[in-house]
Amino acid sequence: MSAADADGAVLRVEDLRVGFDTREGLVQAVDGVSFAVAPGRTLGIVGESGSGKTVAATTAMGLSRGPRVRVSGRVLLDGEDLLGAAPERLRALRGDAIAMVFQDPLSALHPLLRVGDQIGEAVRAHRAGVSRAAARARAVELLEWVAIPNAGQRVDAYPHELSGGMRQRAMIAMALANEPRVLIADEPTTALDVTVQAQILALLRRLRDELGMAMVLITHDLGVVAETADEVAVMYAGRIVEQAPVGELFAAPRHPYTWGLLRSMPRIDAPAGAALVPIPGRPPSLIHPPPGCRFHPRCPYVRERHRSVDPALESVPDAPGHRVACLLPEAERRVAWAQLAAGATPAQARAAIEPAEEAPA
Amino acid sequence: MTAPPLAGVEQLVKRFPLTRVAVFRRRLGEVTAVDDVTLSVQEGESLGIVGETGSGKSTLARILLNLLEPTSGVVRYRGEDVTHARGAQLAELRRKRQLVFQDPAGSLNPRKTIGAAVADPFAIHGLLPARAARARRVGELLEQVGLESALANRYPHELSGGMRQRVGIARAIALGPELLVADEPVSALDVSIQAQILTLLRDLRRELGLTLVLIAHDLAVVRHMCDRVAVMHDGRLVEVAPVEELYRAPREAYTRELLAAVPRIPGPPAGGPQSSSSSST
Repeated sequence: MSAADADGAVLRVEDLRVGFDTREGLVQAVDGVSFAVAPGRTLGIVGESGSGKTVAATTAMGLSRGPRVRVSGRVLLDGEDLLGAAPERLRALRGDAIAMVFQDPLSALHPLLRVGDQIGEAVRAHRAGVSRAAARARAVELLEWVAIPNAGQRVDAYPHELSGGMRQRAMIAMALANEPRVLIADEPTTALDVTVQAQILALLRRLRDELGMAMVLITHDLGVVAETADEVAVMYAGRIVEQAPVGELFAAPRHPYTWGLLRSMPRIDAPAGAALVPIPGRPPSLIHPPPGCRFHPRCPYVRERHRSVDPALESVPDAPGHRVACLLPEAERRVAWAQLAAGATPAQARAAIEPAEEAPA
Repeated sequence: MTAPPLAGVEQLVKRFPLTRVAVFRRRLGEVTAVDDVTLSVQEGESLGIVGETGSGKSTLARILLNLLEPTSGVVRYRGEDVTHARGAQLAELRRKRQLVFQDPAGSLNPRKTIGAAVADPFAIHGLLPARAARARRVGELLEQVGLESALANRYPHELSGGMRQRVGIARAIALGPELLVADEPVSALDVSIQAQILTLLRDLRRELGLTLVLIAHDLAVVRHMCDRVAVMHDGRLVEVAPVEELYRAPREAYTRELLAAVPRIPGPPAGGPQSSSSSST
């Protein structure tokens, strides 16, 4: 088993593009996304509906294929390209070297099969010669590992007989049956109550550390990312618009969309009467994305040039590992965020960075 | 306080029978969804009811609005026992107390235009019979919730989730209610849209002097929106306290557990009190 490539990454996605042919036109769901994850590390991908975060992940798993899907770029698992892999090879890798946990375990688990049999099947599919009895024993072991009480009995339960949290644990057990090197978790706690969510996130962190897995955690919840990820990529309209180590992202975010997300989320530690600052408008069409910066129609700091120039994802000066796709000069971004963090409105923050002649009335 | 609370429930109990096969209706037992809850909301107040799945918070809200019959206990409105309200009294209560649903798509008829949906409350209550007057009022309502009045001719599927929730709110405020009960009004929406809807609800509350009961599982949303919070667990009322007090010094172990489980966002909680207009989704 080769561990990781030269830079220490076990999963590497390079310039991934995924488009879907529809009657209305080509929906460019993912438009040039690159990231890498090292063993034992977690990359959080944050974005709203339609940002492309789930499509990027399912494509990496080889799950977006078909006559109406246009995929380009590379997805390297230990250096092996999954996008070009034959279907048999993909089937061999999925559930073995790379596995996925979905948001809704009720639709991901087969309703008519006992959870133990489903987990055992995941083992037997990849390990020729494992007997049914051995697979069942392994299923019990896995259910114990994900902290399901009375695993010896629960192994014979049907999915509907388990609570939401227990089902999610069972699905995690199935994903981890063959100790994958990469785990992709797509909104693994979104359907769960907050106390159960905390348990599942703690479980995922423990399993990641015990297995030294690389984990990609897809979520819309910045709080979940803050507690689980080492690095965060913020996606908007099919692209990564900002990427940084988790501490850096929350301490010194650089993209106006990230600022908008942070200021529009109600916080449990907010001062009394604190106002939310919604991001105006809504995400753009992926068939006809806006020209220039894709965030410009919703950006409070937009300037004329931003309507035509498309920003690249570039390194932030003096911030290792921090990249941002924004046309504002770095010095102005620093000033604007300092203003916002101190409680200024976007209009006030804009006034602080706007050249005098461009200042709004 | 001398004035009675605007709305409330006393010693409320709701049990649901457990039946296996619908045809045979064999009773297998009962679940107690709401277990001896006494709770009220003052006029002008914003009361949050938080709890996890199965805590009974939605059942409580539906009984409060006479959409479900309680097994026992009393439902009050302005001090009056309305538990078994019927006919004209119930119609009047329906005008004064409105519900905003979690899933606006599921509460809008896909074959009716947005305008017809917002005009529904007037039709049901036989108000504004003149077509022009009704259409004008529908346009005003749409603008009041941050939508263009021209959307009246569109169908629900042409709208985004946030816009549909605005339509749901327009319907709810159409008849000038006193009490708005919002059951998870933003949990199906994206983060940036959630903030738009919450801000709209806050602004409308102020403009219309509404009393709000907000049912939510998201403790941060409740903190942002409410004056007082009730915590429910397994059908029981665990704790009721002013919002600042509950989040700063929760008395009950369950409340502490609930608060501890909320993922924290690092960095300073920016933002002081300020008015922000809600723009269209």
